[in-house]
Amino acid sequence: MSNGTSNRVAIIAAHGTLDAAYPPLILATGALALDMEAAIFFTFYGLQILKKDYADKLKVAPIANPAMPMPVPNIVGMLPGMTAVATSMMNDWMKKANVAKLSDLLNIAIEGGVRLIACQMTMDVMGIKKEDLIDGIEIGGAATFLNYASENAIALTF
Amino acid sequence: MPFTPDQTLDCSGLACPMPILKTKKAIDSLQIGQILKMIATDPGATSDMNAWTQKTGHQLVGSEQEGSKFIFYVKKMK
Repeated sequence: MSNGTSNRVAIIAAHGTLDAAYPPLILATGALALDMEAAIFFTFYGLQILKKDYADKLKVAPIANPAMPMPVPNIVGMLPGMTAVATSMMNDWMKKANVAKLSDLLNIAIEGGVRLIACQMTMDVMGIKKEDLIDGIEIGGAATFLNYASENAIALTF
Repeated sequence: MPFTPDQTLDCSGLACPMPILKTKKAIDSLQIGQILKMIATDPGATSDMNAWTQKTGHQLVGSEQEGSKFIFYVKKMK
């Protein structure tokens, strides 16, 4: 763009917890609302977000997470079942605030033409096959992301 | 009511990013020059609607607050 603005957002999602999955999807779908285009490159644990019927089952880590609204001491967080407790609490808060489900945001992204790119290398490392992932995505590597990002994109990493 | 809306969109209770997504969808369905009335309860809506209109080129022709409701009038410009 000649006036120095960008209409493209290139996002890296590298983490697979519930809280880490939201920002990339909110910003990518938000980009659609602003008549911008977006791509998300899902790599390492971030690839979990694209697993079939899995986005709404992502969990919150209760250990080493002092920013939880109700902080869980690490020694309590390590007890069996605490991940489920923390996740359930977070899901309740999200529901009360009427935040869209991750699966809804994924559908909006796909319908709106956001490029959801699964990292091929991560798939190989973790033994994840294309049929393990939701429909409407593509598979690619660093070049795919960088080529997209190189065309005047705002690049964000989560 | 400062403007007569051609369409009303109620985003009460919705959290980011749904209000702007629904606003875009609603604006897309209007004709140029028509006015969308958008109602939101998200206190971030004022900042977001200003930013949204600035980026998309549609015009925020008016806004008001009724209790916890933020009301925006957006004119479709293109």
